[in-house]
Amino acid sequence: MCSLALFPPPMPPGHTTLCESNNELLSGAGAEDRPKQVLFTAASLKLHSRTESSSKAAFLDHSETLWMRSAAAWRDGGFTGLLTEITNSHTEVPKWLSVSSGCTLALLRWISSFHGSLFPHLTLSSEDMIAEFSQVLNWSDCVVRAFAWHPHTDKFAVALLDDSIKIYNPKSATTPTLKHRLQKGVAAVQWKPLCASALAVACQNCLLVWHVDPCSLSTRPSSGCAQVLSRPGHSPVTSIAWSPSGSLLVSASPIDTAVIVWDVAAESCVPLQRLGGGGITFLSWSPDGSYILASTPSALFRVWETRMWTCERWPCVKGRCQSGCWSPDGSRLLFTVQGETVIYALTFADSPESCFSPVAAVVADLSETTFNTPDGDIIIGGEIQCLAWDPRGERLAVLIQAGRPAIIAVFKTRTNPIFELLPCGFVQGEAGSEPRLMQFHPNFQHGALLTVCWSTGKITHVPFYFLSAAAPPFGLSGSPLLPCPQERPSALTNQSLFTEFIS
Amino acid sequence: MFSTEQACWFIRKVICWRAVASIAWAVLLLPPITAVFVILSRFSLLHPIHTTSECLSLLTSTSAIFSFILLGGVVVMVGFLNLEYYTVIPTIACSKIALFGQLLHPRQFVNSLVHCMMGLIVAWCCTVTTGDRYEMLSYVCVQSDGSSQMCLNEYHLVFLLAGAFVGFSHSLLGVIHNMNYVSFHTVQQYKYLRFKGSLPLVVKCSATQALYSIRNFIVVYFFLGHIPRAWISKTLNLHLNSSVHTLDSIAGLLDLSLLYQLWISATFLLFTWYITLLLFRIFVTEVYSFPVQSSFTEDAHLCLPKVLTDKQPMILKFLAMQDLALLSQRSPSRRCEVFSLSQPGGHPHNWNAISQECLSLLTDLTQRLVVYHDTVATNGRAKSLSAGSERKTSSETSVTSGTEDLMSPRPSVLMKTPASVFARSVVGGPQSPLTAPFTPDLDSPFASPALRRLTAPVEQCSPWYGTVQSPHIMRRAPKLWSTSTDSQGNGSPLSAASVHTSKQETSQPSLLAQFLQNRKEQVKNFLAKRVLIMYLFHKLPEASSQALFADSQAHIWALEGLSYLVQASFSEDQFGVVQTTLPSILSCMLVLQEAVDRHFKLPHASSKPVRSTSSMGDSTYKTLRFALRATLKTAIYRITTTFGDHLNAVQVSAEHRKRLQQFLEYKE
Repeated sequence: MCSLALFPPPMPPGHTTLCESNNELLSGAGAEDRPKQVLFTAASLKLHSRTESSSKAAFLDHSETLWMRSAAAWRDGGFTGLLTEITNSHTEVPKWLSVSSGCTLALLRWISSFHGSLFPHLTLSSEDMIAEFSQVLNWSDCVVRAFAWHPHTDKFAVALLDDSIKIYNPKSATTPTLKHRLQKGVAAVQWKPLCASALAVACQNCLLVWHVDPCSLSTRPSSGCAQVLSRPGHSPVTSIAWSPSGSLLVSASPIDTAVIVWDVAAESCVPLQRLGGGGITFLSWSPDGSYILASTPSALFRVWETRMWTCERWPCVKGRCQSGCWSPDGSRLLFTVQGETVIYALTFADSPESCFSPVAAVVADLSETTFNTPDGDIIIGGEIQCLAWDPRGERLAVLIQAGRPAIIAVFKTRTNPIFELLPCGFVQGEAGSEPRLMQFHPNFQHGALLTVCWSTGKITHVPFYFLSAAAPPFGLSGSPLLPCPQERPSALTNQSLFTEFIS
Repeated sequence: MFSTEQACWFIRKVICWRAVASIAWAVLLLPPITAVFVILSRFSLLHPIHTTSECLSLLTSTSAIFSFILLGGVVVMVGFLNLEYYTVIPTIACSKIALFGQLLHPRQFVNSLVHCMMGLIVAWCCTVTTGDRYEMLSYVCVQSDGSSQMCLNEYHLVFLLAGAFVGFSHSLLGVIHNMNYVSFHTVQQYKYLRFKGSLPLVVKCSATQALYSIRNFIVVYFFLGHIPRAWISKTLNLHLNSSVHTLDSIAGLLDLSLLYQLWISATFLLFTWYITLLLFRIFVTEVYSFPVQSSFTEDAHLCLPKVLTDKQPMILKFLAMQDLALLSQRSPSRRCEVFSLSQPGGHPHNWNAISQECLSLLTDLTQRLVVYHDTVATNGRAKSLSAGSERKTSSETSVTSGTEDLMSPRPSVLMKTPASVFARSVVGGPQSPLTAPFTPDLDSPFASPALRRLTAPVEQCSPWYGTVQSPHIMRRAPKLWSTSTDSQGNGSPLSAASVHTSKQETSQPSLLAQFLQNRKEQVKNFLAKRVLIMYLFHKLPEASSQALFADSQAHIWALEGLSYLVQASFSEDQFGVVQTTLPSILSCMLVLQEAVDRHFKLPHASSKPVRSTSSMGDSTYKTLRFALRATLKTAIYRITTTFGDHLNAVQVSAEHRKRLQQFLEYKE
């Protein structure tokens, strides 16, 4: 088991981590040492000054008849809206009607509060729900709300606070900006594997699949390029995952107990309904495509196998499963539980008969540890927000949320002959910024490339240069990797990543 | 014939047993459904205990058991009709007249009649279980003059007629919504879970459908109700009680209890039938695992490579394609068998048979798309052919000339003698159901799917496959849509010769024929101006596009199977058997990609159909073309990402290389 005590002490504040080379993390303090970065600041984004529902108060609607108002209430607020409307306009309706609708309303509220006491998350508003269950730390005030590398090329999509999505590609000068009427509260974005153009977006009310032509010169693709996938009772969508073969898309919502499997081209869906848990918050498809991790808001998560779509229940002791990631061969799952400071591992054997090992093993302990540095003691450790494993299975990044500020700890991992975690170091940003979101580049040739989105709206890339111990993995998910070239980081500095400032 | 025997083997040993199992489950589910129905129909809030005990005693009474046996018989009959009428390729009516043709087809008429009868029987059972005033057809009534006589119980009559009406409208809607179409799911679940998952939908569908059917019935009865009433009372010598309201008046029909009972009974009727249909679909589409090779020669016809090439029962072909797609994704040991060499001789027979069949399917589709596009391009809209039966009489023309006709499009020729060109152009599979529905008339209203399934003759492997590999055509393949001057400029002697022969053929029709043709055009123009004719013959938007891709599920599996096998061959193929076919696979996919891209530029082709969620009719076929487009792209990407730059060593034409480069750079 690995713990934070084995880690090298963090750098003094002001130093930013640049890269890993020769087995150690290099840092720099000067402006010229800055890693390649993209910067978004909140000021540059045009935010919604007012939500749509709040404009209702500016208009007088009392001239309408009761029927009109009831119809409008039915349209806007459904059955409860209609009942509320009838109860409120008690001067115009017969007394028995207003009284009975008031009683029904009270009964409904009582039932829903009972339901809510079983699953407290159901009482949250959808914004709060996304913030609660998103993999992003402090989603609601985060400038960069979601980030996704394209699985095959050097292209990425960034969802911003103003509900727009930008797509950056080093090979093209245009930066398409995607905006859609329904694209609100983006919780996750993901590119479709084995496709150049399709980008799935998890929104507050629906699921959007954009088809962004990579050769197009348009900077504002029309909303006709987006497919809208929605299903009643399935919003907000907080997590999505494409199958590694690119054929299916699964989506999850904390208020829907079913995992929805979408056939995107046909726009048809199959709900996989299981009782218990009160919803689904996080999904992760194993890179070989055979398992899906689905965590619920309760202390329970499920692992689905995708051959016959059956699932195994895994009750947790303390809290819900917050985050999880799969090893590249899909045989090992690492996950973290809310309220605990450890990382668990589950091993899956190849044969489907004996696929589940009975218990999860603790592989790393990230409880609070004090480091003595020249500048004083620094305390690091606590609950874990999210996990990311690089596609070769050599580096594991852990975003620790509890420390102030949050910090990313990176482990070296080895799967053969036995699974083990070794300390690598901490990834730090500029003074006053904390990491919010991170992702590994899916096919970085010279090791691993961690992309971190910071609270300042900055996106940086931290490369880890190493020679892969095992043969380059070859699987369903990626292209066969070329053997690592023997060149050193200095030769790579002129490789263009992203350098852009928006402010 | 040998292969018909074998087809019989599959139908007899697999499909029939699956159908029997589904019917057995439907019958087993009948008692609980009936119990729920009885409780719903007799329950009264005021006397809950009383009604419960009443229901229990009713359910164990003799009449209930008799009606239960009747209901079981009806379910068995419905299951049998499902088995008889199901199809895996939907029949898509491209115009209103074709739809009417389908509805009036004798086979469909028999179906409707049987459904009508069954509805009557179920309604009678419902009256027995509901009891009360609905139970008997006649009752003793006291006339105004004090004498008592037998009177007609109109409530009972209304129940029976409603049952018959619902049954009839169910069978009509079945045709309109293609309810006999059985689609295959991309998500394989266990049967019980699939059943459980679709149960809420079935309840919702039957309740709403019952509501609409009863509304229509009430309207019909209001206007025409006196006819059956008079007829029944006359034949059975029953009197009408003048002291009660007749039910075809507004006051009579405003009986809420009657409406509720009618609705509940119709829901019960539709629910049992839909459950039977649902179970049939679930059982029949279950994955069947064919062996890839057998150690005994007498079992060779049961193996995947042999079964794939069969065209006889489409369900066999579809299940085989599905199995291929699944084995190529998931089962390394079975993939290994596909890549293996035959023991004496060392030939990759398995791989050859499988890849050839998949490629011929794909080229078939390409060909169909090209022909369709050419017809549309010539006059701006799909040209409707006059006689669909003509293609059945397609003579044995030389294969090369047939394909060459395709390769060098001549608009004028196509316009003058569309039938003849088409007759030859579908030589690839003239009577194969796979190619059938590509113009409105080809899926003629008088060829019901099941008939087609039965009458489809044995089809040998498409001859097109043999030609596509020849380097000559390979070179020309990317020029499918070049203008005629271009293709002649190629100067290939073969093409010139074929152009010559076909021109001779087309010049044979004499002046008389020309005259007749002109007359026909005039008549057509005249008729086209009449509103009713326009309404009947007007092509439904995107229907022809749907029809073109009606069987595309097989193509989707072929693409998936091929691409996964090629991907696996990168690391698993020890003898390099896939490498020899890789160029033809790539060019076949790229040509298809080009054809599909072109098709989606046509009007209506890329418009999404309206999604209807509350219908038991499976509308998967409406979106098959989108699924095919996505699968095709993914399949090409799967191959290009696996092989990467190694693809530059593969022999393909320059145009295809350019296209592949686009894929390698992720710019498609």
